[in-house]
Amino acid sequence: MIRFILPALLLALSLPGFAQDAPKPAQPNADDPAIEARLVNLAEDLRCLVCQNESLAGSHAALAEDLRREIRAQMKAGKDDREVIAYLTDRYGDFVLYKPPFKPETWLLWLGPLAFLGIGVGAWVVALRRRGQETPAVDETRLAAAAQLLKEDQ
Amino acid sequence: MKRWLPLVLFLVLVGFFAKGLFLNPREVPSPFIGRTAPGFTLPLVGDASATFSPADMKGRVWLLNVWAPWCTSCRQEHPVLMQIAGSGRVPIVGLNWKDGDREAAALLARTGSPYVAVPDDVDGRVGIDYGVTGTPETYVIDQAGVVRLKHVGPINAEIWQQKFEPKLKELGA
Repeated sequence: MIRFILPALLLALSLPGFAQDAPKPAQPNADDPAIEARLVNLAEDLRCLVCQNESLAGSHAALAEDLRREIRAQMKAGKDDREVIAYLTDRYGDFVLYKPPFKPETWLLWLGPLAFLGIGVGAWVVALRRRGQETPAVDETRLAAAAQLLKEDQ
Repeated sequence: MKRWLPLVLFLVLVGFFAKGLFLNPREVPSPFIGRTAPGFTLPLVGDASATFSPADMKGRVWLLNVWAPWCTSCRQEHPVLMQIAGSGRVPIVGLNWKDGDREAAALLARTGSPYVAVPDDVDGRVGIDYGVTGTPETYVIDQAGVVRLKHVGPINAEIWQQKFEPKLKELGA
């Protein structure tokens, strides 16, 4: 049975991969490939505000094209990546970043999983300790009776 | 007590998911609330020799409505804006965003204009400076030029009553 189920399952799991188009990079800009490489690299981690699950690098939305134009202009003006990101978060907030920054509002987001891991480990330790205490005390007379039975068997 | 713990945890999770399900992903919190509205100077639609700048509105509470002739939900919103403009409640400035086909003047002549001024943002740069993601978007800007409210999407009578009116009253307009 498993011989039929396993390939079917693997095939089913692989299908969503065909259904989605790979994100297309921004139109290459022939006059400065270095800036274009930086742009694509940076924009992969930025959210397109129109198609919110697309990156700014892959989106064909008009606003994404405008924002790439602005980023290109800033890079040509000598701004570094951090300044370009500040330009965007000043206008659109942290929502444009796929990796949210670590600050008081996002502590729960970043530290929450660690806290849950801690709770899990704590619960595990408590459970182990309890199980250790629960082993019943050895009853000497019943132990003797058992030994007697074993002796009789031989 | 111990028996109920999984149920309680489950209900807490359901609470979080329910909240997430009903959040509007378009309502991105604007970083502009409480900040001075970005300055700009743009030519006006219909009279390119005149310009508009937010500084012109100093001392008044006003609305900056970002719209475009190609935007269908802006047409939906248009009658509501006409009504607000007609009541004289608050002046509305209509930023004409990315009107590449130059249709704004003709459209406003045909349908009537609710705007006191229509600055022309052809390449969309001013829109980007205001963090616009799509039209229509409307900002309430106070006497000192500080952004107090941002609304994404068309305004209807209900949204006007529930979101804009209280804010305008608070600002003394």
